[in-house]
Amino acid sequence: MPTFWLVLVLIALSVAGFFLGRNRALVSANGNPKDLHSLPSYYGHNVALSALVPALVILGAWLLLQPILIESRVSSLIPDDVITEGTTRGLVMSDVRRVAEGLDLAVAQGAMTSDQASSVRTEFSDVRGRLGEIGVALGSDVRPEVLRAAQSYRTMNATGTLVMTVIVALAALGGFAWSYGRTHRDFRARNVVEQGIMALLILAASLAILTTIGIVLSMVFETRNFFALHPWTDFFFGSSWAPNFRGDSDLSILPLLWGTLYVSVIALLVAVPIGLFAAIYLSEYASATTRAFAKPLLEILAGIPTIVYGLFALLTVGPALVKFFGQGENGILGVEWMSGATSVLTAGLVMGIMLIPFVSSLSDDIINAVPQAMRDGSLGLGATKSETVRQVVVPAALPGIVGAVLLAASRAIGETMIVVMGAGAIAKFSGNPLEAMTTITTRIVSQLTGDTDFASPETLVAFALGLTLFVLTLGLNVLALYIVRKYREQYD
Amino acid sequence: MTDLSQSPASGDVPKQKKLGNSLLELTDRTKRRNAAETRFKAYGIVAIAIGLLMLVVLVTTIFSRGLGAFQQTFITLEVELLEDKLDKSGNRDLDEIKKVTTFGYAPIIRDAVAAKVSELGIETPLKPKAMADILSKDAAATLRAYVIENPDQIGETVEFRFLAQSRVDGYLKSRVSRDSIGNDKNISAEQLDLVDALVAADVIEKTFNLSFILGSDASDARPEAAGMGVSMLGSLFMMLVVLVLALPIGVAASIYLEEFAPQNWLTDIIEVNISNLAAVPSIVFGILGLAVFINYMHLPSSAPLVGGLVLTLMTLPTIIISTRASLKAVPPSIRDAALGVGASKMQSVFHHVLPLAAPGILTGTIIGLAQALGETAPLLLIGMVGFIASNAPGTISEGLLSPNSAMPAQIYEWAKRADPAFYERAWGGIIILLVFLITMNTLAVILRRRFERRW
Repeated sequence: MPTFWLVLVLIALSVAGFFLGRNRALVSANGNPKDLHSLPSYYGHNVALSALVPALVILGAWLLLQPILIESRVSSLIPDDVITEGTTRGLVMSDVRRVAEGLDLAVAQGAMTSDQASSVRTEFSDVRGRLGEIGVALGSDVRPEVLRAAQSYRTMNATGTLVMTVIVALAALGGFAWSYGRTHRDFRARNVVEQGIMALLILAASLAILTTIGIVLSMVFETRNFFALHPWTDFFFGSSWAPNFRGDSDLSILPLLWGTLYVSVIALLVAVPIGLFAAIYLSEYASATTRAFAKPLLEILAGIPTIVYGLFALLTVGPALVKFFGQGENGILGVEWMSGATSVLTAGLVMGIMLIPFVSSLSDDIINAVPQAMRDGSLGLGATKSETVRQVVVPAALPGIVGAVLLAASRAIGETMIVVMGAGAIAKFSGNPLEAMTTITTRIVSQLTGDTDFASPETLVAFALGLTLFVLTLGLNVLALYIVRKYREQYD
Repeated sequence: MTDLSQSPASGDVPKQKKLGNSLLELTDRTKRRNAAETRFKAYGIVAIAIGLLMLVVLVTTIFSRGLGAFQQTFITLEVELLEDKLDKSGNRDLDEIKKVTTFGYAPIIRDAVAAKVSELGIETPLKPKAMADILSKDAAATLRAYVIENPDQIGETVEFRFLAQSRVDGYLKSRVSRDSIGNDKNISAEQLDLVDALVAADVIEKTFNLSFILGSDASDARPEAAGMGVSMLGSLFMMLVVLVLALPIGVAASIYLEEFAPQNWLTDIIEVNISNLAAVPSIVFGILGLAVFINYMHLPSSAPLVGGLVLTLMTLPTIIISTRASLKAVPPSIRDAALGVGASKMQSVFHHVLPLAAPGILTGTIIGLAQALGETAPLLLIGMVGFIASNAPGTISEGLLSPNSAMPAQIYEWAKRADPAFYERAWGGIIILLVFLITMNTLAVILRRRFERRW
């Protein structure tokens, strides 16, 4: 792990820089800190930061850019005739990477010397067999072009890493020397250090934007690739979901969207009444002790990981429902409406339980924000407490409550583990809540787990699904936050 | 004049009395309204009761189903380590001993079981091989590992505690009954008779199962040997990555946004962005991790490093939001005082505001970590499921880069397997996970109570 060691060396250099810089400043002031422009430690920090930060930035940028550059260079080395019918450049490139990794492993295990690895030719040697011996299984025989590309991939990677190490080390030493040389009693060290720290703070804050851009870009690119391989009309307006790894799949989002919305609606039907009534009771009726006791207990439900709910759905709620609606001698009702433990109802019920505290604590906040004067006015006119709640408090809090419900809906749509374990895997349009149906998140998981081939529409469709999910939940959130904020302003 | 018009006609008086002029006598309408009031209140109570009931049901389900995983059935046997089977040349050469596979050890165990059964005088129609089948498939491997560790014991008779097969374990835990084994190829009624006899003779017993907590996952055929230990390490390494990255970055971002950022459109965008990121479904972060870290940067898939990076991005908004809240809670007088005695803005923040906000930041970080610890969906996409996490990592870089599972991913993996014996493991795994989460949340609450200052 050369990068790891490089980072360690950089850190060591910067720690040394701190002490050396501080010392030099003190020496330049004849050991009297009062003669310095800044506190001595600022001179140390200046040297330490100048040594560390530029070098780390270069390192990070290099690690990000090197793969793209090498990829495009190597990819242009592969002649067009290698890319035959049924493969793509991307597939050949993944072969190249695999062979290169195999060669690396062979060198690491001592099965080949590094000279051998860069000079071995398919014409003279069974590369596939030799790599197979050390545990790198290749699907087909290695073609000479692929091997040559893999070898230049390896060389470029090695050169790249070497050049990177040198440049990063030079940057660190350069920063060190420059700032060390500037260290003098009149040097305005504090101002420089504070500017540097400010830049770092801004960098950290913009990471949030970078994450969003990363999410959007990664999904948009792959979605574009997907639509190049698969008609977008089928994705948005088709009627069936039938992925087929031999190609020619039906990949339409509509059945998945139906399943997602069905599960979410059931979840909200459970969570909204219970959550809302709980919130009303807690904020309007409950004594302080009840509130202090019931509210945190309810909120525990929100802190339980979703995998627990998933297991609960799969192993407890599902079988219980089967016992009720299921077939034969075990069924309590004696009807045959449900065959397996996974169903829309299973997932919806459990998700509803998960969302109760979500709805209740948000609504609770909002109900509490309704001014007391409105309640007093209503009670003073002779309304009972429940009439006040129904006719004054809830209408006043309605926009906020709608916002809370929308937030809960966005949670329900994006929830993964409960539906993966509880909802089933069959994509269909059906109104029967006791049938297994599948959702967007479930399909994303199943298309992207296991061996993924980023050149087939069956894998890439997951990115289109992810983008749809992202846009959907983002839209709901923005709407909900807008409503809630608008409502808050009303009473502030 | 008004008095006159308001004074009721004498004939109306009894009529009004009928309407219920007295406060002590309720009219129908008041009764209805009061009933509605009571009903409304009851709805609230019922709603809270349902919520709490669900919590109770959930917790009791977890514990009633999961506690069994912490106990395991063991069979104690005296095994004669026959020299002519295990070390034919007799020179205790380790390489030669290693050549004997687990198949070579199976007959020795078979003999040991048969010897025990005849010693106790138990009558059974079973052949020795069928008798030995009540032991786990793990037994031969355990024995082999022991012999390779202690070659000098060959030829001796050593007492061993072997894992019993999962059906036997289930029988002792009442998960498997004589009615339910009808179509089960793994166990027969005669074998259960033998188990009953051996339990009566104290040869088979159920004890605390430390290897469930510390051990590694096992293959589909050996649910009795599966444990959480290695995936716990995977989670630990992920949490380390999250802590090392998310805490400094989150605190730095919050300091900028709360203390320095000018009010302009860029700051607005960042703020809106952070609050939206907090609500992005976790699976989307998994897609990001797969596309960027694995597909683009070629980091190893299934590695805790990648998991940690994805969870860092997920946890950042949580940490930023709570850090900003605790920075905001520090009164401006502190800043003014620092500036007044000549500190720079940066010094006032780092020397005064930040230390005062530290408990709040720490609490938020712990809660964020607890959230990240229980997150499963993104881990599925970056490949932390679907294999057997069998080896504990030796070094830190191996721990970060070699494939591993994580606690929630391991639970999901067990829940997916066909053998119901794994379900007990999954529930047990949830108990362990919840113990971690409860500990972390309690710590956060204690920190908040202990150090939070009200200004």
